Amino acid sequence: MSIKLANVFFTYMTGTPFERQALNDVSLNIEKGEILAIIGHTGSGKSTLVQHLNGLIKPLCGKVTINDVDITGRGGEAKAARQQVGMVFQYPEHQIFAETVYDDIAFGPRNRGFSAEEVDKQVHEAMAFVGLDFETFAQRSPFQLSGGQMRRVAIAGVVAMNPDYLVLDEPSAGLDPRSRNAVFKEILALHKERGIAIVLVTHSMEEAAKYAHRMLVINKGKILFDGKPAEIFSKHKDELVAVGMDEPPIYKLSGLLRTKGLNIPKGITDGAELVKSIKKAKGWR
Amino acid sequence: MLSEITLGQYFPGNSFVHRLDPRTKILATLIYIVAIFLADSPLAYGLLIAFAAVVIGVSRLPVGMVLKSLKPIWIIIIITMLIHMFTAPGENILFTWKFFKITEEGLVLGTKMALRLILLLLFSSVLTFTTSPIVLTDGIEKLLRPFKCIGVPAHELAMMMTIALRFIPTLLEETDRIMKAQTARGADFSSGNLLERAKNMLPLLVPLFVSAFRRAEELAIAMESRCYRGGEGRTRMHELAYKSIDYIAFTAVIILAVSLAVLRWGTGVCVL
Repeated sequence: MSIKLANVFFTYMTGTPFERQALNDVSLNIEKGEILAIIGHTGSGKSTLVQHLNGLIKPLCGKVTINDVDITGRGGEAKAARQQVGMVFQYPEHQIFAETVYDDIAFGPRNRGFSAEEVDKQVHEAMAFVGLDFETFAQRSPFQLSGGQMRRVAIAGVVAMNPDYLVLDEPSAGLDPRSRNAVFKEILALHKERGIAIVLVTHSMEEAAKYAHRMLVINKGKILFDGKPAEIFSKHKDELVAVGMDEPPIYKLSGLLRTKGLNIPKGITDGAELVKSIKKAKGWR
Repeated sequence: MLSEITLGQYFPGNSFVHRLDPRTKILATLIYIVAIFLADSPLAYGLLIAFAAVVIGVSRLPVGMVLKSLKPIWIIIIITMLIHMFTAPGENILFTWKFFKITEEGLVLGTKMALRLILLLLFSSVLTFTTSPIVLTDGIEKLLRPFKCIGVPAHELAMMMTIALRFIPTLLEETDRIMKAQTARGADFSSGNLLERAKNMLPLLVPLFVSAFRRAEELAIAMESRCYRGGEGRTRMHELAYKSIDYIAFTAVIILAVSLAVLRWGTGVCVL
C-alpha cells in the first residue's frame, strides 16, 4: 500500500524557448498512514511533484504507481487508482461552484459514482470532520461564508471522496492563526481516525516540524533531504539555509538557549513543551 | 494543460522592425493590406511576396514561427481556395467529374484568394510578433486620439485593451488550476454530448467568473487609490515619437502601395 515514483522527470513547455525543468530524477515512496511534509522554495518543483501523485501531470519519463497500478494509463483500473488520492489545492475555496454547501461537497462523491445514500453519508462525515455543523451550513450558499469556512467546505469536498491519500498544498495559506490551527487539527483527526496518509506541501518549516513524521526537502527539482524533520533540521541546518530555507523558530530558540548553557532537550516542536523544559532547566516550579 | 498556450505572441528582439514606432507598424500594416487588394497581376503578387519576405527577414524572427501563425486558419484558406476553384465561372475547363468542374479561371482565382489570405496573415503576425501588447495599445491610443472630438474614447479603449491583455495569462492560469482541481474531484470536461459538456463546464465557469469579478474589484480599488480618474491630463512614461527609421519604413510601404496602384491602373495613366 504505497504511492511509488520511480525516476520521474518533468519539463514545462518542452521545445520552446521557455523550457523549464521542474523535476529531475525524483524517486519516492509514500506509505499509507504516514504524514509526509514536502518543503521547498517557491519554484522548487514541489507543486509539480504532488500533481504527479494523482495523474494531473504525467511524467515525461519515469513511472508513478499506486499499489503497483500505473496511474498514467487510460483504463478503469488506473482511474480508480488516481481517485484514491485526494488533492486540496492552494486556496481551494476558489474552486467552489455549487449553489449549496451540500452540493459542492457532494460533487466529488457523485463523480465517483457513489449511491445517493453513500453520498449523503460521506457529506455528513466530511462536514463533521472539518467542523461544519450540518444543520447550519448544508443548505447555505458557500459564497456567503467566511474565508476560513469556505476553505473547510473545499477540504470537505475532497475528504468526502473518501481517499486513501490526501495531498494538501499550503492548506493554511492566508488564514489567521486560529483557523490555521483548526484546519490542522482536523487534518490530524482525519489521519488518526481513517488512517489516511497525509502529504503536506508547505514552506513553513514550523508546520513541517510540528506535524510531519517524515520530511522531504526539494530544491531545483531534486530531492535534497528525506528523513525525520528533527534530524534534518539538526544535521543539515547550513545546507537548508544555503537553499533559502531556515530552521523553524522553535528550533532556533531552543538552540540559542542551549548555547547559553540551558539544558534543553533536542527535538522540541511545540511552544508549551519548550516553556515546560525551560522551567525545568531553570528549576522553576 | 493550458499553460502551454502562448498568447500575445510577442517575440522580444531588437531588430529594425522591433524598434519601429507602434503607430508606424500599425499604419504600414494597414497600407500593406490595402495594397494586397490592389494586386491583380503575377508581378504585383511577386512584389507583395518579396516585400513580406524582406520584412520578415529584417525582423529576424524565426521563419518557422511566423509560418506557424498560419496554422489556426489553414483550413479556411483551403476551403476558400476550393470554393473559388469550383464555383468561378470560366471557359477553359481543365477537369470535370459529374457536375464538378475546375476551370482555369477558377484555379487562378482560388490561388489568388489563398495567397491574399496568407500574405494578410503573415504580415499582420509580424506586427504582433515584433510589438509587445502594451506598446501596441499605446500606439492605438495615440492613433485614435484625433477622433476624440467625434466621441471616440481613445484612452478608455486603450486602457481596457491593456487590462484585458494583462489578465489573459492570469485567467488562463486560473482556468488551468480550477480545471485541475475539479478533475481531481472526478469532473470530466471532455466526454458526453454537447449539452452534457456544457453542463460539465459549470464547475469550471462559476469559480472562474467569481474570481474574475473579485480581481476586477480589487483592480478598480487599486486604481482608484492611486488617483486614477480617466485619461484627462494624464502624462505617459514613454512618449511615442517618430524617428528616422519610421520615415524609412513609411517610404518603403508607400512606394509599394503606389507601385501596385500603378500596376493596376497604370496602363490607363500611360495612355493619357
